[in-house]
Amino acid sequence: MTTGGWIVMLLSVGFVTGLFGWCIGKVLATPGAETHMHTQSDIVPPDQEA
Amino acid sequence: MAEPKRLREHWGTRLGVILAVMGSAVGLGNFLRFPGLAAKYEGGAFMIPYFIALLLLGLPLAWAEWAMGRYGGTRGYNSTPGIYRAIWKNKASPYFGVLGMIVPVVIYMYYVFIEAWCLAYAFFIATGKLDLGKTDKKPYEDFFSNFVGLSQDGFLLETGRLNTAVMFLIGCFALNFLLIYRGLRKGIEWFCRWAMPALILCAFIVLARVLTLGTPDPAKPELNVLNGLGFMWNPRTETQGFVESLLNGQMWLEATSQIFFSLSVGFGVIITYASYLKKDDDIALSALTSCAGNEFCEVSLGGMITIPAAFVFLGAAGTVGGTFGLGFMTLPMVFANMPLGQFVGTVFFSLLFLAAVTSSLSMLQPAIALLEEGLGLDRKSSVAMLGFVTLIGSLFIVYFSKDLLALDTFDFWVGTFGIFLLATFQVLLFGWVLGRQAGMDEIDRGAEIRVPRIVGFVIKYVSPVYLIGIFIFWFRQQIKDGAYFRAIAEQATARYSVIFIGIVLLFFLLLIHQSVKRWDRKDKAQTEVSP
Repeated sequence: MTTGGWIVMLLSVGFVTGLFGWCIGKVLATPGAETHMHTQSDIVPPDQEA
Repeated sequence: MAEPKRLREHWGTRLGVILAVMGSAVGLGNFLRFPGLAAKYEGGAFMIPYFIALLLLGLPLAWAEWAMGRYGGTRGYNSTPGIYRAIWKNKASPYFGVLGMIVPVVIYMYYVFIEAWCLAYAFFIATGKLDLGKTDKKPYEDFFSNFVGLSQDGFLLETGRLNTAVMFLIGCFALNFLLIYRGLRKGIEWFCRWAMPALILCAFIVLARVLTLGTPDPAKPELNVLNGLGFMWNPRTETQGFVESLLNGQMWLEATSQIFFSLSVGFGVIITYASYLKKDDDIALSALTSCAGNEFCEVSLGGMITIPAAFVFLGAAGTVGGTFGLGFMTLPMVFANMPLGQFVGTVFFSLLFLAAVTSSLSMLQPAIALLEEGLGLDRKSSVAMLGFVTLIGSLFIVYFSKDLLALDTFDFWVGTFGIFLLATFQVLLFGWVLGRQAGMDEIDRGAEIRVPRIVGFVIKYVSPVYLIGIFIFWFRQQIKDGAYFRAIAEQATARYSVIFIGIVLLFFLLLIHQSVKRWDRKDKAQTEVSP
């Protein structure tokens, strides 16, 4: 592992982990997130049965 | 236009939202496609085009696509052609939506085959059929080659043999369409809400195991986990300078397409699902969290597991083979070398299968939406028609299995180039037709975070230039050494594959044409009723 490799790895992993961590914190701190936020996996087209 | 039905609310807790995000985030691309690409191109240098694409294209376009989808949905359209028609009042606009049809549909045709491999491998590992030794990769290569029919076209469909791969494909196909036909996607999504976080937990366990491998073979001290990480992350400069290594147009194109593929942006899928949102639902934080979750799974888990593990047991030779080599030849060998590997491998491939199912189900929705709103078909008729079309495509892939050339051709021309084209069009539509101000207003509506204003500037000016620049860069390289163009000229399978894609394109253009006529008649009738 070279110095360049350490820099690339730590910056890459650090950036995505930090960003995801910030997003989780924001979701947990957002009142009503459970009704107001959606992702692709929880959107059900209206014509699908319950 | 009729008010869209309100969504039922599924979440009791904010934790549920996070679980849903993780469920959306994780997929085959994180653990198979991304590590394969990074190993193929210059190691750490690959991360530069990758992250540039994430920040200048992936994230901005995710926001744009969610916004355009919701914008079209509030005007009564759920299909890409319809949504484009709502945004751009031009006769040609719905026809550009053909990209939003063929990208998910054609990708589905080969994706379901790979999904079947995941299920099959979970079965093979569980039953011990994939314990083929700890040191020699050849038995695993032969197993995969035999399983998917690498040696010759038509291998999997030889009469007199009930081929295992075909059996698993039929099973997966039937499962997908049963779930869609019966409208049971919500059921599988409820299950996957827990199964997908379990996959991520499993990935953490595998990651911990990989990072503590040390030097498994004392006779080969150079094959250690640190060197394995180095192979993945070190910018490779043995044969050329660092700057030179960045001048590979194909690498920039594939890094960009990996971002799009992984984030499901430029796929035609998000724009359709977003059309079902209420006008004041959040887009900004939802899209950002989804993208961030995906990148975490991809870079922090996928990037740290597959290549280092392959290197530790097999050296640099174990890291070649691209996506399929890594996933279906190297990983089983890694699990064979790992304590409790049979259990971990079975769980890992089972959960990969489930991740693939949730992705493949979502790929069918854009075409279903067009058939329903454009042609007036009911859901079951739409599903039946789509099932027929995609079955033909999957059988095409199964038949032309030699060297997986048909699959590879589909994956490049649609799964890489097609996504690239669709993303470029959507960037221009958001930035120049909907407009920067209207577009940012749409993102801001109901938003839980304020998206920086510079994103509007990036989408309008920077993203198109970046995309067109990569395209020119790549095209000039193809003129000199165009592997994919040469394949079409020299190999019949590649030609047939491109022709097949062309036929599917024509089919959807015809459907769109009929849909436009129907929409025009409806608009005219409404105008006459209420002038």
